[in-house]
Amino acid sequence: MAGLVYYSSGSGNTQRFVDRLGLPATRILGETRVTEPYVLITPSYSDGYGNGAVAKPVIRFLNDPANRSLLCGVIASGNRNFGEYFAHAGKIIAAKCGVPVLYRFELSGTDEDVARVRQGLETFWTRQRSIAP
Amino acid sequence: MNAQSPVRRTPTRAINWNRVQDETDLTVWNRLTSNFWLPEKVPLSNDIPSWATLTDYERQLTIRVFTGLTMLDTVQASVGAVSMMPDAVTPHEEAVLTNIAFMEAVHARSYSSIFSTLCSTQEIDEAFRWSEENTHLQKKADLILKHYRATDPLRRKVASCFLESFMFYSGFYLPMHWSSRAKLTNTADLIRLIIRDEAVHGYYIGYKFQRGLERVTEAERAAVKDFAFSLMFELYEVEEAYTEELYDGVGLSEDVKKFLHYNANKALMNLGYEALFPASVTDVNPAILAALSPNSDENHDFFSGSGSSYVIGKAVATEDEDWDF
Repeated sequence: MAGLVYYSSGSGNTQRFVDRLGLPATRILGETRVTEPYVLITPSYSDGYGNGAVAKPVIRFLNDPANRSLLCGVIASGNRNFGEYFAHAGKIIAAKCGVPVLYRFELSGTDEDVARVRQGLETFWTRQRSIAP
Repeated sequence: MNAQSPVRRTPTRAINWNRVQDETDLTVWNRLTSNFWLPEKVPLSNDIPSWATLTDYERQLTIRVFTGLTMLDTVQASVGAVSMMPDAVTPHEEAVLTNIAFMEAVHARSYSSIFSTLCSTQEIDEAFRWSEENTHLQKKADLILKHYRATDPLRRKVASCFLESFMFYSGFYLPMHWSSRAKLTNTADLIRLIIRDEAVHGYYIGYKFQRGLERVTEAERAAVKDFAFSLMFELYEVEEAYTEELYDGVGLSEDVKKFLHYNANKALMNLGYEALFPASVTDVNPAILAALSPNSDENHDFFSGSGSSYVIGKAVATEDEDWDF
C-alpha cells in the first residue's frame, strides 16, 4: 500500500477523518516532501464563485514538481451547502495534475465515508500496482 | 471620576488587519465579503406564474415556512451574533461577527422580498400572526435565546452553531423540494445563497468553539459536550413536532426528518463532535440533495462505483498564480 497525504486546518475536520481511517498518513505542514506514490485528502475553501478552493499550503506542496509527480488521486471534502462548488478543490487539483477525483465527503465524514474510502483505497492501489510497468 | 484619577485606563484600540492573530478571522472575513449579496439580484418575479400553480394549502405552507425562517434570522441578527461579540478573543473575530449579524438581517429581509413579490398583504399578515402564536416555533426561539442571554461563551456558541447549521433546515427543505419539481426556482436560487452563508457561519462559530474548548479543563470539556448533545436532543424534539405540524398535510414529514438528521450530524461535526444519527435515517432524498448542490457531478467519483465516468484532466504546469486564490 502506498501513501496518504492530507491537509487539515483549524477546524480539524480532515484530521478527524484521517484519524478514523486508521491508515498511515502524512500531514502537510511547512515544507513537506514525499518519496512514494500517494493519494491526497484535502478540504475545499471555495467562495461562492469557485475561487480560492485549494488551501495555500496544498498549493505550495503541489508546486513542488517532485511532490506533484507522485500524486495518484485526490479525495476532497467540503459542504454541499456550497452547491456546485461542493468539494471544488478536488476538481481543480484533478484537472491541474491529471489525476482522478476518487471520492468526496462532507466535513469530517460519516462512518460510511470512512468505510468506503478504506475499501476504495485498497482496490485503487491494487489496480495501480497491476497496471504499473 | 475625575481627570486626575490615578487608575490607568485601557486604551481604546483600533483594529489592525495587518496584525492578525488568527488567520482564520481573515480567511472567513474574505469569504463572507466576497459572498455578499442582496435579494434584489435574484429575479423573484419570474416565480409568479409558478406560484399560481401551487394549491392554497401549499401556498400557506410556503409562507409559514418562510416566516419561521425569518424569525430565526431575526434572532440570529439581533441577538445571537451580537451576544457573541463580547466573547470574541480577537478584534477581528468581533468584526467577522458584525458581518454575520448584518448578513442574517439581509436573510430576514429577503423573505419579505419573496412575500411582496408573490403574496397578498393579508396572507403576509396572517403568517406573521401565525409565527407569534405557533408554540413549536416560539419554543425553538426560547430554547436558543435562553443560552444567548446566559453567561457562558462556549454554550452560547453551541446554541448559535445549532441555529445556523441545524434549525433552519426544516424550513430550507421546502424550497429545495419545490425546486426539484421545477417550481419557484428563482426563490430556490435565493435560498441557496442563504444556505451557503449559513455554512460559513456554522463553520466559523464551530471553529471558534473548538479554540475555546482548548482553554478549559478536561472536566469542563466533558460537561460542554454533554450540554451540546442534550441541547441537540431537546431541539430535535421540537423540530420533529414543528415538522409534523407543517408537513403532515403534504405527506412530506418523514422525508423532512431525514434532512433534519443529516443536518444535525453536520452541525455536530462543525463543533468537532461525532455524528449522532446513523446512516439508516440520514438517507436524504437524492432529489433534495441534487437541489441543494445542482451540477456538482453526482457519482462522478471513483469510489462511489461509477469509476468509468471520472474525468482525468490534462496535466498542466502549475505555479502559484494558476490556482485561483
